[in-house]
Parts: sequence; C-alpha cells; structure tokens
Amino acid sequence: MNEGTIKMRISMAVIATAFTLLLGVSAQAADITGAGATFPYPIYAKWADAYKAKTGVGMNYQSIGSGGGIAQIKAKTVDFGASDMPLKSEDLQSAGLMQFPAIVGGVVPIINIPGIAPGALRLTGPLLADIYLGKIKQWNDNAIVAINTGLKLPDSAIAVVRRSDGSGTTFIWTDYLSKASEEWKKKVGSATAVSWPEGVGGKGNEGVAAYVQRIKGSIGYVEYAYAKRNGMTYASVQNKDGQFVQPDDSTFQAAAANADWSRAPGFYQILTDQPGKNAWPITGASFILMHVKQDKPQKAAEVLKFFAWSFHNAQKLAIELDYIPLPDAVTKAVEDAWRSQLKDAAGKPIWESAN
Amino acid sequence: MEVAAQGCRGQADLGERELTAQPVSTIARAAVTVPHRRPRNGSLARWQDALFRNVTLLFAALVLALLLSIIVALSYAALPALQRFGLGFFITNVWNPVTSEFGALAPIYGTLTTSIIALVIGVPVSFGIALFLTEMCPVALKRPLGTAVELLAAVPSIIYGMWGLFVFAPFFADHVQPLIQQVLGAVWIIGPLFQGAPTGLGVLTAGIILAVMVIPFIAAVMRDVFEIVPPVLKESAYGLGCTTWEVVRNIVLPYTRIGVIGGIMLGLGRALGETMAVTFVIGNAYRIRASLFEPGNSIASALANEFNEAADPIHRGSLIALGLVLFVLTLIVLAASRLLIVRLTRGEGAQG
Repeated sequence: MNEGTIKMRISMAVIATAFTLLLGVSAQAADITGAGATFPYPIYAKWADAYKAKTGVGMNYQSIGSGGGIAQIKAKTVDFGASDMPLKSEDLQSAGLMQFPAIVGGVVPIINIPGIAPGALRLTGPLLADIYLGKIKQWNDNAIVAINTGLKLPDSAIAVVRRSDGSGTTFIWTDYLSKASEEWKKKVGSATAVSWPEGVGGKGNEGVAAYVQRIKGSIGYVEYAYAKRNGMTYASVQNKDGQFVQPDDSTFQAAAANADWSRAPGFYQILTDQPGKNAWPITGASFILMHVKQDKPQKAAEVLKFFAWSFHNAQKLAIELDYIPLPDAVTKAVEDAWRSQLKDAAGKPIWESAN
Repeated sequence: MEVAAQGCRGQADLGERELTAQPVSTIARAAVTVPHRRPRNGSLARWQDALFRNVTLLFAALVLALLLSIIVALSYAALPALQRFGLGFFITNVWNPVTSEFGALAPIYGTLTTSIIALVIGVPVSFGIALFLTEMCPVALKRPLGTAVELLAAVPSIIYGMWGLFVFAPFFADHVQPLIQQVLGAVWIIGPLFQGAPTGLGVLTAGIILAVMVIPFIAAVMRDVFEIVPPVLKESAYGLGCTTWEVVRNIVLPYTRIGVIGGIMLGLGRALGETMAVTFVIGNAYRIRASLFEPGNSIASALANEFNEAADPIHRGSLIALGLVLFVLTLIVLAASRLLIVRLTRGEGAQG
C-alpha cells in the first residue's frame, strides 16, 4: 500500500465518522430528557424503550436522585425533573413549576426472624415507629406479642436497619411513621434522609436487604419489587381501617384509588395511611416536575405525549415491574392540570396543541 | 522519520550543551560532529526550546490553577452552611436533614478513626511483606509475590466493599467479634472498645477493610525503596555478624526512611478518601461511640450517601463543607509528611 491510498482511506474514514456524528446529533435533537428520582427509574426506562420503538422519539432519563432532579429542572438543563417527594405548593410557585404524579409503588417492612413465614408477623404503624425510635427493643415485647397470638416470637434484640442514602423510599417510610406516631413526627419527622435515632444504614435497597439477611432479629424496609424478587420475609401492617393487609399489587392499587386527589392542591398528596379496607398503608407516588411557562413548547409537548402514552397504553409494563399505574381518575386529573397550567411563551396551552 | 528523529536528538544535545558549561574538549568534539548532521538554524532551536519550556510551564501551572479553583469552588458552595453554623459546624455532633441542622464531628471522627485503624494494622503488615520480598524471599517466589501485591493495588475499591459486606462482615460477626469480646471485652481501658452487638458492621470492620486496601500500596512502595539500598552496605553489615533484623533496623530503615514515610502517607491518603468500600461496611450512623463495633460514618461515605438527594441548600452546603474538611485533612497529612521528611534529612545532615 502506498502512502497516497492510506491517506485517502484515512480522510474517507474521517468524513464518514463526521457524518455519523452529525446524524447522531440530529436524531438526538428530538429526544426528551429527564433527570431525578431513582425509585421510578426502572419503569421510566422501560416506558422509554417501548415509546421509542413505537414513535421513534427517545426519552433519556438520568436517575441522579430527587434532589438532583429538582436542581436540574430549576436550572432548565432537562425537559422534566422527577422527585419522590412532592414539592409544597408554595415551593412550586416560587420556582415556577408544576408537578404531577406518574407512578405508584409500595414500601414494605422486611424482617429476619428464623421460623417466621412471609406475611405472618403483624405490625402496626405505632409499633413500627416505636421500634425505629428504639423504644421497643425485643421481639417478644408485650406490644408485639399482643397482636401476634399464636406466633412464637424469640427473646432476641431487634436490630433496626434503614437506608443510609437519601431516598424516596425513606421519605415514604418516614412519612408513614410520622402519621402513625406523634412522637416520631416530633423527634424525627419525614424526609428523604432523616436523623435516625437507631440502627445501621445500608446503601440502597440492596444494602438494606443485605444487612437484614445478615443480621438475625433485624427489621428493615425496602421497595416492594425488591422484597418480592429476593423472596424476603415481609410483615403485614395494619391500615387506617384497622385491617391487617399484605403488601401486593391489589393493596397498593387500593391505596392509590382511595386517595382524594381532588382536594390536594398541586397534587401534593402522599399516599401513606390512606383509608380503605384493602389499602396498603405505606404506599407512595413518584412525581414529575415541569416549568409552568415553557420556552421550548415542542419539547414540553413531547414530554406530555410520552406520559399520556405511558398512562394509557403502558400500564402492563408497570405491573410487570411491580409498580402500580395511576388510577384512571387520577390520569384524567393530571391531564386537566396539564391543560390549565402548562403554557408556552405566548400563554397558549401546550397540551391542547399537542393533541 | 529517521532523519527527523535524528534532528530532534541533535537539538536536545545542543540544548543541554547550552545549559551546562561543558569542557572545551566536548565542544570541540561537537564542532567536529555537527557537519554530519542536518544543518539547522540556531535561533529556531532556541525558539523551540522556549516554546517547550513555556508549554510545560503551562501544564504545571494548570495543576496549580485546578487546585486553587477546587478550593475556591468548595469554599463558595460550602458558604451557606458555614455562614449558618459558623465554626460550630466542625465541633458539633448533629446531622438532621429534617430540621436542617448539621455538624461535622461524627464524620470527621469516623474518618480519622478508620484511617488510624487501617494504618495500625496496615503498616506492620506491609513492612513485613516488603521486608520478606526484598531480604528473605526465595528468588523463585519473588516475582509472583511482587506481582500479586501490585495486582491487589489495582483492584477497584467497590470490589473490596462488596467483599467486605458479603464475605468479611459475616465471617467477622460470627467468628471474630465474639472471640474478641470474650478475650478483650473485660480488659481495663480497651474493653469498652469492643462492646455492643456483633453485627460485623461498624468502625472496626471499615478500618480492617481499609487496611486490606492500603497494604498493597504501602507494601509496594516499601519494597521498591528497600530494593535501592546498595547491597554493599547490607553485605558489610552481614559481614560484621549482624542478624537480618539488625541489618534492617540499622542499615535498610535509616537509608530508606523518606521513602517509607512517603509510602505510609500514600496509604493514609487513600484511607482518608476511600468512599465505596467504607460506605458498605461502616453502618452509616452519625454517632460517636466508644465501641469500635458500633456503626459510624466517614466524610467520604456521608457524601456518597446523601449528595444525590440533598435538595436543601443548607444540606448540600453542609455536604460540600464536609468535602472541604476532607480536602484540608489531606493537605494537613501531606504537609505533615513533608515537614517530617525535612526534619529527618536535616537530622541526617547534622549527624554527618
């Protein structure tokens, strides 16, 4: 090969690469981007895949955490942000944002007591709060034995396990404990990370699960999907109506359906401790954040189309991943909110023009 | 290509000659050899030299600029937290994201404790490894063992973390911790260090995992510096009837002091900043307890855990302030090791 042919080949390769890069960029231009909560990441990714196969529009979601999602949408570096913790109306207003729920999931207490089958142990909100406050220290404490007649509870110490990283799962869990116990609310409160009075912290669901499997007599909490896939021993919890319910799709669905979204301004609705005979008390929604006034109305319209498609056509994908799709009444309320709140620079509603 | 390379070499030679005062004879020889090379312009060579010097200076300056900008960026981002809490931030033990109250004492304590444990375990072991490899190891084993140490240094820290959580912690909890409690639990002063439920997680476990991680670093550096001790020195000592330990104590260590300290500081630097492996096993509780079996927290793991979800500016600022503390801690370690080395070399001068 002489030098001339080599040079020619190199220049051809350079041109070809440049073309691919250009094409890549132009194809990406139509994609929508989002960032935020890790809890809904699996389902958003799955929806994005299915949506891309159907429409050709890709959705690029970075699960950087709710805090990061809020920061990114405020800085307008993404088309939508995602947070497991809903923002209060005043925070939404000051940042010029609106939020809507996109997906529902459940959190379950998991335990490691030899000889106790999944779902056999019954617990209540106040009991869980006292355990996590360090007030109930033994599994054979009278308060636990009283509601578990027939179960043989060991005379061993309770080891409390919780998340060490900031997490929407922790927010749902601590929100429930705050509703169940005044003392918890006063001493600890609810947030994605709190000042824990007790216990060891594992990183991520897998960290908590590993600690609970490891430490005998421990109790922890993880997302339902995680507990289910790993065959972990969960406990049943008493709901607002006094029923002891098992965590599964139907009880999460019941909690989401029974929640009164119409009276929640800005969809500030946390699904813990909802009424209903079958409602699982530790349920939560994950939220999407968007700017009320859109500089890029086409992008915003694409985002809305993506979620509308996901709400109506991809519920099965959510159930496959052990998430709960929003009830129809809620998706309708969400679409109404899109219509009334999201405007382009000229004040024209975006959702109207998207349809 | 050939010609160009030769030309380059010629320029480099010339540069050296310009810089160092050469005896006349070499210059004369150069004058003889020059006609064989490609003729070139002296001012061009000087210009290239200046360019080269300035480019390298720019790279060196970039490092400094980067360091300064990191300090400035960290300080600026930490400002909201430092303004709110003042100096109290560094000496209070509270970490409450709900009420937005933060103090760095527990993570600072955890970082220092785990690093000290790592060094207490790691330095003697590394010393032993390096000594064995350089002084006593059969030649056939020298290379495989040395390579193994270097390979250990290349294992990513997350692997150590997972190994710590899934393999070491269970073993430690079931077999070692109860034993330690039995033997040392009632001993005066050190007894309280080993109280609490043996869960396999906590400050001691984190320290041990860190020790495992820093040993290859320290051992590799120590081995390399031990190897540069001139054989004639050691052989003379052996010839005088010294034992291996006496040779190490009186010949090898004094000769390699600086390198050994450098290796230890390298290990300490890694231990202070290690993130994932510690996060997996330390238990992540903002607590300061006497017992090393209790869960604690380190600066790096606090950052890894909470940065993602820290939306509140004070929370975020506090985390960044923690990062600043780590930065300053590392600087102090570096400065201390420099000072130590300077004092040691000065001492040597006085002796001589």
